[in-house]
Amino acid sequence: MKSIIPVLTIVVAILLIWVLAVIPMNMHLTADQAQRDGLAVSPETPAERQEYNGLGLSLRNPSLLGLTFVQERPRLPSPHQVAAEMWDTIVMKKITSKRSLVYHGWVTLSATLLGFAIGTGLGILLAVGIVYNRAMDMSVMPWAIASQTIPILALAPMIIVVLGAIGIQGLLPKAIISAYLSFFPVVVGMVKGLRSPDAMQLDLLRTYHASPAQGFWKLRLPASVPYLFASLKIGISASLVGAIVAELPTGARAGFGARMLVGDQYGQPLVTWAALFAAAITAAALVGLFSLLERLTLRRMGMAHA
Amino acid sequence: MLNQPTIINAQGLNLTFETNDGPVHALKGVNLEIKKGDFVSFIGPSGCGKTTFLRCMAGLETPTSGAITVNGMTPDEARRARAYGYVFQAAGLYPWRTIGGNIKLPLEIMGFSKSEQAERVARVLELVDLTGFEKKFPWQLSGGMQQRASIARALAFDADILLMDEPFGALDEIVRDHLNEQLLQLWARTEKTIGFVTHSIPEAVYLSTKIVVMSPRPGRITDVIESPLPKERPLGIRDSAEFIEIAHRVRDGLRAGHDDV
Repeated sequence: MKSIIPVLTIVVAILLIWVLAVIPMNMHLTADQAQRDGLAVSPETPAERQEYNGLGLSLRNPSLLGLTFVQERPRLPSPHQVAAEMWDTIVMKKITSKRSLVYHGWVTLSATLLGFAIGTGLGILLAVGIVYNRAMDMSVMPWAIASQTIPILALAPMIIVVLGAIGIQGLLPKAIISAYLSFFPVVVGMVKGLRSPDAMQLDLLRTYHASPAQGFWKLRLPASVPYLFASLKIGISASLVGAIVAELPTGARAGFGARMLVGDQYGQPLVTWAALFAAAITAAALVGLFSLLERLTLRRMGMAHA
Repeated sequence: MLNQPTIINAQGLNLTFETNDGPVHALKGVNLEIKKGDFVSFIGPSGCGKTTFLRCMAGLETPTSGAITVNGMTPDEARRARAYGYVFQAAGLYPWRTIGGNIKLPLEIMGFSKSEQAERVARVLELVDLTGFEKKFPWQLSGGMQQRASIARALAFDADILLMDEPFGALDEIVRDHLNEQLLQLWARTEKTIGFVTHSIPEAVYLSTKIVVMSPRPGRITDVIESPLPKERPLGIRDSAEFIEIAHRVRDGLRAGHDDV
């Protein structure tokens, strides 16, 4: 609760910057529209107005400032326009409607969750392999790092096309791109976590003549749990990004990515912005969920103090 | 104690670590015999090989040459036979296990039944005076209590030998005095053979039946002192003339080790 005031301060500051930016960003098209509607605009021709930047034009037309906030196709929508669009598409539309963001959100979220599950599973398996197998220790990590240096935007269409060619379509290709982004933080975190017990704790198990399996289940795995949760929080948001990116190059009909693309292609910035914010809120909610799970788990394990 | 069987026997033990700066002689020509029921302290400055020697007994280090037996076996065989409990410098309790859960760890690994685990946990908690703390997590206990819990963990599976590597080194003097007293009581009750590494002269003299003075570069034994002190030792014995005389001899041994480097 102590964090509420700083957080709100930042939110207010961002909103303020946003609102102020709306005026110069939209002034040119506001002026064009106002002229068509028969209002006085200065200077009078669009060519002359192009000589000015957004700020200069705003200063010359103080009477038009209010109109910059209510443009139908603004270059930068104002916060209340985005809020209204989100209210309309999230709350007012039936969730079966093709215009409902809840519907589109679920399409993206299902791919996200499947991809996250695949990525996490793969990440944990690779980490165990790296920790217990010297050959994997030497070979896997460079490839895992290399895999993350390839822009996913370049890779995503190829994955979709290749999988499509062998008849795999729909959820799975998106989930695979999601998994591609989310396995990496899990590998890195779990390797660190599984290696976190110090020499003394490993020696202790040797004095008990414990088997390697006992060392894994009783020491390495529990010791890695805090590291795993840190990775899961990065992984789940990476998964969501992966699912959205997977929707972009393929002309997907549904999902946050599809909505962003539609808004862009049909000149409906509000649709794009609403999808953008809905995606951000979804990501925040997922990360929040894992933070909560982390706190509950660590408390149950006795590793969070009181 | 002369008629007791030999528990640990080291003859001509050498251990050399190869480092980037050349070989380091951690142990050189170490001979020592430990009888059943002995309380043997290893004292010396850092780098004298006292911890390395203890780790050799535990089979955690392998000597370069020479012979060492534990209960008549090689140290590695003794380790596999779970012949000893080992207490490290830090308590090293698992933060995700309660005190009881930590003490159960070796019992689970060694396959004791659930009922036997519970019974043994209760017994060793009582031995180290921690009854009632079974369900607490390590962070809820003081450093001294955590170290007692780690001793309980080493006692839980009833090995005849207890190897302790500066177990009280990180604790303040008052707590250390108290734990030393308790350790002697525990030793009297359980009749274990104890190997105890320390760099405190009073601690070594107070606890031991045999004090092994070591010196560094190369790590070796410079003096072995059989303590004439009685087995029953109240804390006040540290002011007696006998005690001070032994402490003096230990100090001389340590100094001699330094002079001939």
